[in-house]
Amino acid sequence: MATEQPFFLIDDLHVEIEENEILRGVDLSVKRGEIHAIMGPNGSGKSTLAHTLMGHPSYEATAGQVLFNGEDILERDPNDRAKLGIFLAFQYPLAIPGVSTLNFLRTSLKAVKQEEISARQFRKHLLEKMDLLKISREFAGRYLNDGFSGGEKKRMEILQMAVLEPELAVLDEIDSGLDIDAIRAVGEGISSLMHPEMSIVIITHYPRILHYVRPDYVHIMVDGKIRQSGGFELAEELEAKGYDVLLKEVMQTSS
Amino acid sequence: MAVTEKDIQESKKVYKEKYGFADPDQAIYKAPKGLDPERVIEISQMKHEPEWMLNFRLKSLEIFNKKPVPTWGADLSKIPFEDLSYFVRTTEKQGTTWEDVPEYIKDTFDKLGIPEAERKFLAGVSAQYESEVVYHSIQKDLEAKGVIFLSTEEGLEQHPELFRQYFGTVIPSADNKFAAMNGAFWSGGSFVYVPPGVQVTIPLQAYFRINAEQMGQFERTLIIVDEGAYVHYVEGCTAPVYSTDSFHSGVIEIIVQKNARCRYTTIQNWSTNVYNLVTQRSAVYEGGVMEWVDANLGSNITMKYPSVYLMEPGAKGDILSIAYAGDGQVLDAGGKAVHVAPNTSSKIISKSISQHGGRTSFRGLLKIYKGAERSKSAMRCDALILDQESRSDTYPTIEIEEEQVNLGHEAVVSRIGEDQLFYLMSRGLSESEAAGMIVSGFIEPIVKELPMEYAVEMNRLIQLQMDKAVG
Ligand SMILES: Nc1ncnc2c1ncn2[C@@H]1O[C@H](COP(=O)(O)OP(=O)(O)O)[C@@H](O)[C@H]1O
Ligand SMILES: [Mg+2]
Repeated sequence: MATEQPFFLIDDLHVEIEENEILRGVDLSVKRGEIHAIMGPNGSGKSTLAHTLMGHPSYEATAGQVLFNGEDILERDPNDRAKLGIFLAFQYPLAIPGVSTLNFLRTSLKAVKQEEISARQFRKHLLEKMDLLKISREFAGRYLNDGFSGGEKKRMEILQMAVLEPELAVLDEIDSGLDIDAIRAVGEGISSLMHPEMSIVIITHYPRILHYVRPDYVHIMVDGKIRQSGGFELAEELEAKGYDVLLKEVMQTSS
Repeated sequence: MAVTEKDIQESKKVYKEKYGFADPDQAIYKAPKGLDPERVIEISQMKHEPEWMLNFRLKSLEIFNKKPVPTWGADLSKIPFEDLSYFVRTTEKQGTTWEDVPEYIKDTFDKLGIPEAERKFLAGVSAQYESEVVYHSIQKDLEAKGVIFLSTEEGLEQHPELFRQYFGTVIPSADNKFAAMNGAFWSGGSFVYVPPGVQVTIPLQAYFRINAEQMGQFERTLIIVDEGAYVHYVEGCTAPVYSTDSFHSGVIEIIVQKNARCRYTTIQNWSTNVYNLVTQRSAVYEGGVMEWVDANLGSNITMKYPSVYLMEPGAKGDILSIAYAGDGQVLDAGGKAVHVAPNTSSKIISKSISQHGGRTSFRGLLKIYKGAERSKSAMRCDALILDQESRSDTYPTIEIEEEQVNLGHEAVVSRIGEDQLFYLMSRGLSESEAAGMIVSGFIEPIVKELPMEYAVEMNRLIQLQMDKAVG
């Protein structure tokens, strides 16, 4: 049966940046409808994984494969991956001065879906999503991320995800730099967009957001490799013990 | 992802098909080549000019011969002065309907979409082909209000006093070598007068076309906006792609009277074998406003710094420019603001893009004379460099003789970052679409100043140039 085959599979992935190996054999298997959390200390390689999955040109996969719907995507350009239905919410979204959020997203949606969408139709689609995520409509006319606060940028990433309707969303520290209320707003926004045909890989340093986006599996990444995997209770354990204690235990058992 | 020679050839082909086509040379008179006083006398006689104008021309030629070729900007040492035709006449009479225009010339302007634009969104049109205006028109109601929109020759003939009162007063021939050259050989251009209080709300457009090979075009434009009046004048330029160089050296003088406002927009898209050396300057009087919007996309070498001379209290000048330099192009542009009176204000804003080895330079001059107290000025230039082969430089000069002034100056040079491209590509855009989006956002603050039709055209021209660029 189709559901038996994981729709997203990372197999022994090794990645280098400027000839330094950062990822040292990452394995991950995600089925449709699942939420996976990847947690880990700063510098453990989480963003490297996220960038590699989306095809950033500076990150070189030296071994392993990444299968999406059975197809190895590692040779594909980022825009092709977007068209396949992969989305990355950036830890540090970039500003594009002079380009309105509305124009940008319309161009993006046309490119991803590979079909024409009238200005009117798109406007309606965008405003629906903005209302759903409780984002002020005024952002549609503002230049993309230009002069936005950290929290506003993160919410725009979620808005983009809502508009583009990907099958797989990789969210890189969508909660970093947000205060408690903003984490709640972003977390609830994400879970309102989740549906059984979609999968989410949520990368985070802190467990808090996982109370709103409740993962089916939690993985701990240390030093370029997933060292431990479990259910939601692993996040709770981390919350209780903190990274120092948990990591010591993890490294002992995995070495 | 590097740009190949093939890509560059490809984008040249696109220009060639759209604007770079050439008509067979069908001139009815072509002056012998070279810079002889004989040529000047001949031009003046063919135009049946009064004596003062002939003297003005001869004096200008003298000045031209005396002044050295400037060496402070782009390399001008290869201009083939002796090989250019300085005057090319294509028709005896100027048309006021397109039917009056020789068929092959009308075809050219049809291909360039001028008559269509005229029907859709212009108040008046002037079309210059080689040395002279071959067609012009103005809406009847504007004419009835006393608005004058003629070729410069007709202006001289029909309004001799008004013409002589202002001609050469803002830019004397002694100003620079190329202004002198224009003074000697000027031909074509527009004469515009807007009477007090009259608002010309939709643009007047002049279109300049060089068809002949090795031709020198010397448009001369004089615009007078009387008290409280308003006009927006737009000029566009294209030429065929030849292997030899042509030359365009215009002089544009504008007088903005008390509380009047003038906007002058240029969309320069010469083929990359044209030298484009233009002097444009405006004298602005009490409470008047001058706005230059200057977009330079084409030409081999451009040197052009629209200027405002703020002569009386409350005068204001804005100079907005965009330059896009591709393969082999050197675009040296910017602006100049001279504050002579108190409480005057100026803004010089420039955006430049260089790609494929193209080179842009920003040259901004701000001068505040003693007595121009409480003046305000802001100069800002942003350069975007799209690849390693290209280059951008800025040369701001600020000369201030007054203490009570308010100044801002900022220059930012940036390259399109890999991360910015990656961000947009992760949203489905191809690399060239991503670069195109970044560039159109970059120039947006200036493009949004253009009337809608020109804004669309501007974005299209830029994308056209970039299209084959990023691979
Ligand atoms: N562009 C880069 N060049 C060199 N080293 C990098 C680059 N990006 C990340 N690294 C290194 O890779 C390691 C993992 O970084 P990153 O993936 O950002 O970790 P995380 O997201 O888990 O904090 C770090 O040691 C970091 O210094
Ligand atoms: Mg990170």
